[in-house]
Amino acid sequence: MATETTTSSTDAFYKQLGRMYGTYTGGFVAFIVLLAILEQVGVPNKVLGYLFVFFTLAVYAVIGIATRTAQISEYYVAGRRVPAFYNGMATGADWMSAASFVGMAGSLFLLGYDGLAWVLGWTGGFVLVSILVGPYLRKFGAYTVPDFLSFRYGGNFARFLGVIVLVCCSFTYVTAQIYGTGIIASRFLGMQFEIAVFAGLVGILLCAMLGGMRAVTWTQIAQYIVLIVAYLVPIIILSTQHYGIPVPELTYGKAIADIGAREAQLVKEGLAVLCNKDACPPGTLRPHIQPFMNYTPLNFFGIIFCMMVGTASLPHILMRYFTTPSVKEARDSVAWSLLFIFLLYFSAPAYAAFSKLEVYTNIIGRDLNTIRPWLFQWGELGLIQVCGKNAANLQAVLDACKAIAGHPGVIRFQDFVINTDVIVLSTPEIAGLPYVISGLVAAGGLAAALSTADGLLLAIANALSHDVYYKMLDPNAPTIRRLTVARVLLFFVACASAWLASTRPSDILAMVGWAFSLAMAGNFPALTLGIWWKRATTAGAISGIIAGWGICLFYLITSRYFPQAGVTYFGMTSLLNPETGKALVNVAQIMSDPKWIADVPASAANPLANRVGWFDLNNINCGLLGMPLGFLVIYVVSLFTKEPSKEMQAFIDEIRKPRGQTVLVEKV
Amino acid sequence: MAPADSPANQEAHWNKTTRLMLTYLGIWFFFGYVVHMFVVPLNKIVIPILGFPLGFYMAAQGSLIVFVVMLFLFARQQNQIDRDHGYAEED
Repeated sequence: MATETTTSSTDAFYKQLGRMYGTYTGGFVAFIVLLAILEQVGVPNKVLGYLFVFFTLAVYAVIGIATRTAQISEYYVAGRRVPAFYNGMATGADWMSAASFVGMAGSLFLLGYDGLAWVLGWTGGFVLVSILVGPYLRKFGAYTVPDFLSFRYGGNFARFLGVIVLVCCSFTYVTAQIYGTGIIASRFLGMQFEIAVFAGLVGILLCAMLGGMRAVTWTQIAQYIVLIVAYLVPIIILSTQHYGIPVPELTYGKAIADIGAREAQLVKEGLAVLCNKDACPPGTLRPHIQPFMNYTPLNFFGIIFCMMVGTASLPHILMRYFTTPSVKEARDSVAWSLLFIFLLYFSAPAYAAFSKLEVYTNIIGRDLNTIRPWLFQWGELGLIQVCGKNAANLQAVLDACKAIAGHPGVIRFQDFVINTDVIVLSTPEIAGLPYVISGLVAAGGLAAALSTADGLLLAIANALSHDVYYKMLDPNAPTIRRLTVARVLLFFVACASAWLASTRPSDILAMVGWAFSLAMAGNFPALTLGIWWKRATTAGAISGIIAGWGICLFYLITSRYFPQAGVTYFGMTSLLNPETGKALVNVAQIMSDPKWIADVPASAANPLANRVGWFDLNNINCGLLGMPLGFLVIYVVSLFTKEPSKEMQAFIDEIRKPRGQTVLVEKV
Repeated sequence: MAPADSPANQEAHWNKTTRLMLTYLGIWFFFGYVVHMFVVPLNKIVIPILGFPLGFYMAAQGSLIVFVVMLFLFARQQNQIDRDHGYAEED
């Protein structure tokens, strides 16, 4: 293939990768040391924070500009030359978002064992990627996921459905990432949220616009290195301080045991009320290792399943495996990806455990006057509340607690409310580390958000430019125009999502979870059957995508925005409290309350929103409805329609054999 | 020497691939779901020295380690199947 010819200079580039990224890592460590020295000589924290963010952003931008390209296959699939190991790293950065970096440990803090559903769900999906989908799409030779749907299911209608599913999943997801950059920059640097959002936007555009997939790949590798160093360093130091062993993943077992003992003590001393079978309202203590107190078993396993299958259906992940030099390397690359992702995910529960132990021993049950001061900084930002008020300083805490009748003068479990983002961000301060480590964590969080945003934006813009513009509107467009259209679309999609993020939509973080279920319901049956079942027909796939994706979307929208209609017309009932088995909301009472009757579409404050459904199924798990329906419809309709042609069946055989040319060949 | 690309060879290759797929999906299902259904009894066992309750440990680390290891093994075994049937890429 003409587009995949290599020259001696690019061969040299690939041979040098190890040395280049080695030097880069060394340079990054030296930079941290330099900032640590600057801190010691009295440079103010704010300056250090800015240096961290601007230096790392500048490095990403330089990589992005240096790897710009004017070749189609470089722009869409990085020339299919990214070695498995490096593609694994890039996928790790692509995968781990602001929610993984900042939010996950916080969820584990709040939910205890039940939060592990997210850890399992966001790792195990790569097994499905490797076994069922990824390598076959690589052999097919697509530029985008809709490319495959269109080819396999004969025509532009399947392509169009693929584009709709893709844009729908990815757009909310990328908006959440840009929102994440705003949150991190505003918390650490005191930047205004809206300015931070647009600063993040510039960073993303500089990386992705000139070089497409090629530039994003090499930038994501750099971002992975920053984010993993930033995630592991604070907790390794904390583990060494407390237990003398620099492997937090091993030492936090002791912290878990201590948490258990402390929980029993808090309950005995009357400082906490245990959630039990009779009553389990918010503010009661749920023991850290006890399962199924926050999610019912159905919803716990549902989250695991939806996140896993969603992983194998999300276009921005699947397209990373289009970039490897061979099918074999695509498989190896999935394994490397999971290893790199695993490094962060198996450390997140350690963050949660150490923070929880700190809170349970040094805040709850403490005399108010001896509270450790690290929490006031977060209280000031409204992220930690004590006795119902922001814990901005000691006096505020004393006043707030005094105002509560019969308050014992020590902080009780129910008095303390913490925003989940604080868990990772505050760990350096809990460990008493210098500010430079906090700056490092901020840089890591930004890297996580930016790298995921890059990948998602590219997925959206590529689908619009390649699938909609080139394949559907103007199949004769010359290379230059295709690339220009791709870049212009990327720019507009990025600006649109930055604008949406700057309005701070209330549901944005929940939407990341929804994206997995939507991707799973829309893509998974059609992709896997397209590879594994030759009999799957065009009519079957199209009706399957519409039915499966449709029911999932319907369930989400109804239970979130039109719960009254869901109850009245579609037989939805209140979800149940996992521990007591009682209804979460009194549906009849709220339905007759004039205040909520008029609340259409339901606001986030509406007690019915997200709390009604079928079969006690949380709406984040709507993929559990959509995917089986999708499979069923494809199966039944396919059997009723004519078998795919001999040529198509031969093509499917071709996809199943790694050897030989890609099935789809780009005409140059 | 790679065997000829006959329909029989093709079918044998795909049968082996399917069997491998089902085996690994079985392992995935066991460590992704089945083992966590027994979290309550497993939590009664505490891992010596480290202090983790076993049920918690499996969800926090055990299953994850299995996933990583099985992906490397899967890649190797599937490549072997491809090579045995002459469908591996020449590099």
